[in-house]
Amino acid sequence: MSGRHETGGRGSPYAPHTAEETAAMLDAVGADDVTELFDIPEPVAFDGEFGIEARSEQAAERHVADLLSRNDDLTEFLGRGHYDHYVPSLVDHLSQRSEFLTSYTQYQPEVTQGFLQALFEYQSMLVELTGLGIVNASMYDHASALAEAALLAARVRATDGDRVLVPDYILDTRRDVLENYTDGAGLAVETYATDDGNVDPDALAETIDDEAVMVYAENPTTLGTVEEHLDAVGDLAEDHDALFCLGSDPVALSVLQEPASVGADVVVGDAATLGLPTAYGMGLGLFACRDDFVRQVPGRLVGAGEDDADRRAYTLTLQTREQHIRRERATSNICTNQAWVALRTAIHAAYLGPDGLVGLANDCVRLADDLASRLDAVAGVQAPVHDRHHVREFVAHTDQPAAAVARDLETEGFAVHAVGEHEIQVCVTDANRHAADELVAAVEEVA
Amino acid sequence: MRYDQARWTQAGDSSEGTADQYEPLLSEKNTETVAVESPLPDDLTRDELELPALEEPQLARHYTRLSQMNYGVDSGPYPLGSCTMKYNPKFTEDVAALGDAAVHPDRSDRSVQGTLGLMAGLQDYLARIGGMDAVSLQPPAGAAGEFTGILVAKAFHEQHGEGETRDEIIVPDSAHGTNFASAALAGYDVVELPSGEDGRVDLEALEAAASERTALFMLTNPNTLGLFERDIEEIAEIIHGAGGLLYYDGANLNALLGRARPGDMGFDIMHYNVHKTFATPHGGGGPGAGPVGVTDELAEFLPAPRVREAGGGGSRGHEGEARGTDGVYELFDPESTVGKVHGFEGNWLVLVKTYAYIARLGDDGLADASAKAVLNANYLASQVDYDVPFEPFHHEFVASAGDQDAADVAKRMLDYGVHPPTTKWPEIVPEALMTEPTEIESKATLDQLAEAFDRVAGEDDETLAEAPNRTTSRRIDQASAARNLRLSWQALDGE
Repeated sequence: MSGRHETGGRGSPYAPHTAEETAAMLDAVGADDVTELFDIPEPVAFDGEFGIEARSEQAAERHVADLLSRNDDLTEFLGRGHYDHYVPSLVDHLSQRSEFLTSYTQYQPEVTQGFLQALFEYQSMLVELTGLGIVNASMYDHASALAEAALLAARVRATDGDRVLVPDYILDTRRDVLENYTDGAGLAVETYATDDGNVDPDALAETIDDEAVMVYAENPTTLGTVEEHLDAVGDLAEDHDALFCLGSDPVALSVLQEPASVGADVVVGDAATLGLPTAYGMGLGLFACRDDFVRQVPGRLVGAGEDDADRRAYTLTLQTREQHIRRERATSNICTNQAWVALRTAIHAAYLGPDGLVGLANDCVRLADDLASRLDAVAGVQAPVHDRHHVREFVAHTDQPAAAVARDLETEGFAVHAVGEHEIQVCVTDANRHAADELVAAVEEVA
Repeated sequence: MRYDQARWTQAGDSSEGTADQYEPLLSEKNTETVAVESPLPDDLTRDELELPALEEPQLARHYTRLSQMNYGVDSGPYPLGSCTMKYNPKFTEDVAALGDAAVHPDRSDRSVQGTLGLMAGLQDYLARIGGMDAVSLQPPAGAAGEFTGILVAKAFHEQHGEGETRDEIIVPDSAHGTNFASAALAGYDVVELPSGEDGRVDLEALEAAASERTALFMLTNPNTLGLFERDIEEIAEIIHGAGGLLYYDGANLNALLGRARPGDMGFDIMHYNVHKTFATPHGGGGPGAGPVGVTDELAEFLPAPRVREAGGGGSRGHEGEARGTDGVYELFDPESTVGKVHGFEGNWLVLVKTYAYIARLGDDGLADASAKAVLNANYLASQVDYDVPFEPFHHEFVASAGDQDAADVAKRMLDYGVHPPTTKWPEIVPEALMTEPTEIESKATLDQLAEAFDRVAGEDDETLAEAPNRTTSRRIDQASAARNLRLSWQALDGE
């Protein structure tokens, strides 16, 4: 083994050339030195150094581990768009198989049937969960999927309009992404008022008009509440020829009303609630829509077809919608997406099966309900703030300033959201339920 | 190289002729329908749920078999032009899986100093490598990086009172499709620039295209033919002279590490494709990451938040959110930020792998990666019979299949156990075979690749049209799959 594998600093450890091979190759191309192969004018050539030290694999691994070890070991009760559920070991081991992990987009389908079939299965499972006929093979995250939904709405609507209506509880960051994506198309994002963590159908009726291309709502909402007026949203959207876009996730969808049954035209969300543990916000943009929009869908689609031997085969399809063919008239600029996360989500969903998924979702309802009751019993805390059913998370009122409560809880080893002057938000799932007793005790200390 | 890809077929159900297809174990035929019982009121829940119900050992086999019917870099050579299919070091997967990396994005700054420290370090690494002054790690892919860069350019022009008037983005005809699509997404008119006869930017055409309407010129260098745009200084002068900004598409940065930097060439904005240049795995289509670097002048427009050492001024000011600022590193919102391009901070786990790769290679390793990538492309081109019309190329070359159909050539190459090049693009080369072997292939593997090219070059059209024969599937009828759309099990019902 050459020294570079041990110590680094002598070229790339992943370039296998021996000195003899390099010499033979240079000879074959008629060059004395690799530098001759670079056609870079002298004024723009770089002859400095980056000043980045090379390391052995062991040293590089230790360096990153040391760096990350500076993260405090807090028990997180955090949600608001990024959720943690236990991810079975099977998901890691199978998704890490090299043939999956090191492959590219399936532009040669004959040799990538495995990944295509896995994505087809992902699409199919999400078709079942949403009740909508089309699921793409992923967007980046919930926010960009929402933005793409608004752009889809503007494209498919028969008449002009420029309003995109979002609830007032929407995450600022999510709204910001939506605005950035839709500004170029001339759309205006506007807020409608909600009532006690749910859509207020009367307020929405007053806000909506025929200029609205899309109405967005969430179930569960960013506040953790279960939405009770989805039918009304669907009806109002239909009355004004606006698309109804619903934000959700595959765990919640396992028990909540099927989106198609309440008139949703598009479902977006973070599908990585299954498949990825907490990952500093990295997600998987779920995008589902009605069959009629298939030619306007953004992103990749896997379809079933046949090969020359008349056998079932899978392939990327309707690629003429995509940027590498349609360029500036493509339905989206997306190319690289979150395919590998979709693979993980599919494995996780298949592992749980229908019983496991329903059980997990119900746990999230019971755990939130139970923790809210227990925190409500603590002096100086009222929970939940919203008189609704909840999934995973809820807002609680604290007599003390919320920022101070959150900060003091951090000292006790817990992380919660401070979302208002006197409001914290707490998220509980199968991943952190074991620490719920300790959280309640800590809140008793600090609140 | 002799090659037969695995093909699993359904056992025990051959009477209907289905033995020839791997009827997915997870199909509707293996589902179970459960009635949904819930603590929630009935009117807020669904009635039933039908999904696959398999036990863990069966699932393990299912996905193992699927993986065997898939080809990755670890299976064999993957010289897909413009995609930089490098070896993905395994240890980077391990560090990304560390428990310390599993933190929530709404944690206080002071409690995630490790995460912020790594992000600060990566911002710094990328700035040095690209010759840029400031970097945002937020864009989750190359196309998202392009879109972010365009938003930055737009904000800059708006600040100078030219937001309305500068409504065009110039893109060479040989550019990646995402350049056109990202410009259109941001609301710009796309001006397509025809390439010169030498395959590079035609300065006269650029002079004619650049005007007071130009917001941005997007350029890949080396371009998609692998050619370095030697006139880059003049190009920068023309664009800057017209009041526009210059954007570097980082797709081909693997040609230049340690030899040239976009910042030194006059580029104002660039994105990095970390899943190409810095070896994070492509994962069958993603996730990647597309960090954006800019000059000092544009740093104030970058997405929010960025990371810096604490005490550097500026404010975060997220209403109602209590974020600590008493660590060594802190998040901050750039003064005139364009806002968010991802709901959180981008593809964090990919960024961890990127950092680990750069920390492993260092200056010498990065420079050697580019040197060997360029050597490999030149050596391979010298060994293949197909004509390569444009040179001197760098990390990739575009051969012409001549009288053969490039798509057929690709299918036939699959039979020789190698992944084929990108085909039929860029269009300036007839029947293009865009080939990028990267630095990871040995001379022996390149010789095998060359042999695959040359064997196919000597075969007749009929043989090519029948290919592939040794892959899981034979040639797939794309047109019929698009006409008769079946995008889920539900759509296959009854077949």
